[in-house]
Amino acid sequence: MRKIVLVLVLLSLAVVVAVGSFRSRATDATPLDILKATYARKRAAPADHAKFEILQRPFTAPQEVTMACLSCHTERGHEVMASSHWNWSRQEYMPGRGIRTIGKKNVLNNFCIGVAGNLTGCDKCHAGFGYVDQAFDFTNASNIDCLACHDNSGTYERTGGGVPAPAVNLNLVAQKVGRPQRSNCGTCHFFGGGGNNVKHGDLEQAMFEPSRDLDVHMASDGANLQCVDCHRAPNHQMLGKVYSVSSMNRDRSTCEQCHGNAPHPDALLNEHTVKVACQTCHIPAYARANATKMTWDWSTAGRLRDGKPYEEHDAQGNITYASIKGTFTWATNVTPEYIWFNGTATHYLLGDQVDADRPVPMNTLFGDHDDPDARIIPVKVHRAVQPYDPGTKLVYQPKLVGTVAGDGAYWKQFDWNEAAREGMKVAGLPYSGRHGFVPTEMTWPVNHQVAPKAQSLQCNQCHTRTNSRLAGVQGVYLPGRDRNSTVDALGALALWAVGLGVVVHGLARAVSTRTRRTA
Amino acid sequence: MSPREVYVYKGFERFWHWTQALLILFLALTGFEIHGSFSFLGFEQAVRYHRVAAIVLMVLIVFAAFWHLTTDEWRQYLPTLTNLRAQAEYYLVGVFRGAPHPTRKTVLSKLNPLQKLVYLQLKLLVIPVVVVSGVLYLVYRYPARGGMTGLSVDGLETIAVVHTAGAFLLVAFLIAHVYLITTGTTLTSNLRAMITGYEELHDDVAAPVSTPPPAPASPATANAPAR
Repeated sequence: MRKIVLVLVLLSLAVVVAVGSFRSRATDATPLDILKATYARKRAAPADHAKFEILQRPFTAPQEVTMACLSCHTERGHEVMASSHWNWSRQEYMPGRGIRTIGKKNVLNNFCIGVAGNLTGCDKCHAGFGYVDQAFDFTNASNIDCLACHDNSGTYERTGGGVPAPAVNLNLVAQKVGRPQRSNCGTCHFFGGGGNNVKHGDLEQAMFEPSRDLDVHMASDGANLQCVDCHRAPNHQMLGKVYSVSSMNRDRSTCEQCHGNAPHPDALLNEHTVKVACQTCHIPAYARANATKMTWDWSTAGRLRDGKPYEEHDAQGNITYASIKGTFTWATNVTPEYIWFNGTATHYLLGDQVDADRPVPMNTLFGDHDDPDARIIPVKVHRAVQPYDPGTKLVYQPKLVGTVAGDGAYWKQFDWNEAAREGMKVAGLPYSGRHGFVPTEMTWPVNHQVAPKAQSLQCNQCHTRTNSRLAGVQGVYLPGRDRNSTVDALGALALWAVGLGVVVHGLARAVSTRTRRTA
Repeated sequence: MSPREVYVYKGFERFWHWTQALLILFLALTGFEIHGSFSFLGFEQAVRYHRVAAIVLMVLIVFAAFWHLTTDEWRQYLPTLTNLRAQAEYYLVGVFRGAPHPTRKTVLSKLNPLQKLVYLQLKLLVIPVVVVSGVLYLVYRYPARGGMTGLSVDGLETIAVVHTAGAFLLVAFLIAHVYLITTGTTLTSNLRAMITGYEELHDDVAAPVSTPPPAPASPATANAPAR
């Protein structure tokens, strides 16, 4: 019998060792190795635009450059004019509301609120020339700004009025065009909301040349990916969208487009990808380089010193108070909030009446555990107190940016009533003449600043009873976080009862034995 | 009839018993860590080793079941009402008075009626519940998506709660079991028997006796009968 047991033990040991050594050989390239090798390849430009005659004749107006581009790239103009970068709106289906034409053009946010009436302050980031008012011709291809996105010289710059700065050498820039770089996209997308990292929290100027610690993908000392490596743009239709203005689960740029659904060697980790988005574990914190704006209180705006607007800064140089905008708080290395998200959203639209007793959601991201499309994602929630008309119950669009004296712009006149009247006139909606403020919230999915593997979340940061990252995520039984309190109470009771019984019985035995011995 | 050394527990039986004991102890430790009761190996390692130990235990159970069936040892667990009351009374009263064990232990009947009952419940109820819920836990899949197949269940909650309840019962059994092995002829005679296989037994009568045993040969053994 002993021999058989020994043989069995040795046999099973041998099987374990054999299985272990045949499992995965270290020499096999993993999907990640293949990806790294693919993106390490340098792409050669297919054409040297400096050799094109049409780009050598002196340009006097930026529109001439555009026409030169379109003379070869004949159909690209139509593509751009069908894009959100140009239209600042598109047809979207919002669950519960139906199809609307929405976008940056007409959706409100809780930062600088909205573009209507303020285009002269916003047009710097429109992919066209001269979008300063609603008269802009969206069908005129010569107003497309090709260079804003395709300048590879690093010298292109736009200024007020939505035109190139006077110092820009259009010939030089036109001869050095190519694939968009981080510097092209970042010029607008890193500074949304009127300053570095104000809006997203995960997109900011440190991402121009990020370290590997900040972003494993775009690290200039690492994979050095450009934005468009993930946000591919077939026919100028960008993949990827931000749910501050988008509503539909389509055209998204995802981790899975490169990494697939089963990126880990460990099957148990891969199982998580069904319900947990990659970002949840792999972006442990956002704003890891520079601070992002967490709150914005418009109600304190308008204080003047010697009749003039002023600003206050914190030790890091972040603006904490501005007469034109109010009070801000900032944070770095922020732990995200976590929500279920199925890729669809709805928005506060101009004209919606709100309940001012609780924070108004400027956007709502849908999803719950039972939704097969929903996964847990990390989000930044930006909280604000912003202008509101208690008479009409509307969150209103104020006119902020002024062009001429007396046009009602808040940033010149510091009069909310004037700003509300002028802003809502542009929006085509009433203003009751009563002015107030309402708390609002806005949810921004966190998708960038993917950290090196070693910094990703560990199991016990979610699977724990205390301070679980997912403490607020409902609808799912999370081992380690959750328990059935009845079963646990009964179980503990049973263990205590048995333990106590053993102690009492054992003591009684010891005492009775001693008594009998001495008797 | 003087007591003599009898080979009670066979080699495989002891191997099975001790391996199972270690595995259950280890599974309880890692399992309750996963449950969030305490921190020991860290959640990740606890999960990893809990899964490995669970698979080893299931393999062991298959071998043990085979052994029980082929050796007819499964008959040891057939429940009986005979002496059940006497055995309960012994643990509640007799043990404090130095009364003799009401059930005689033999090679063909190693278990007293209470043990038969408890072990049978363990084997037919508690362990199957823990194993089945554990297997569901292991192969549990969300509604299959993204090429991952397997069992589709809408949530872990029921599985996890049943598994936890079973674990509590097993630990409760473990505590009582560890204590009760000290109630043999001497404090350590049962422990020694399960380690060496040999135990001092009085005779080799096949069935438990329902009538009191014949008068002991000497007063010394009367106070410490085999259980």
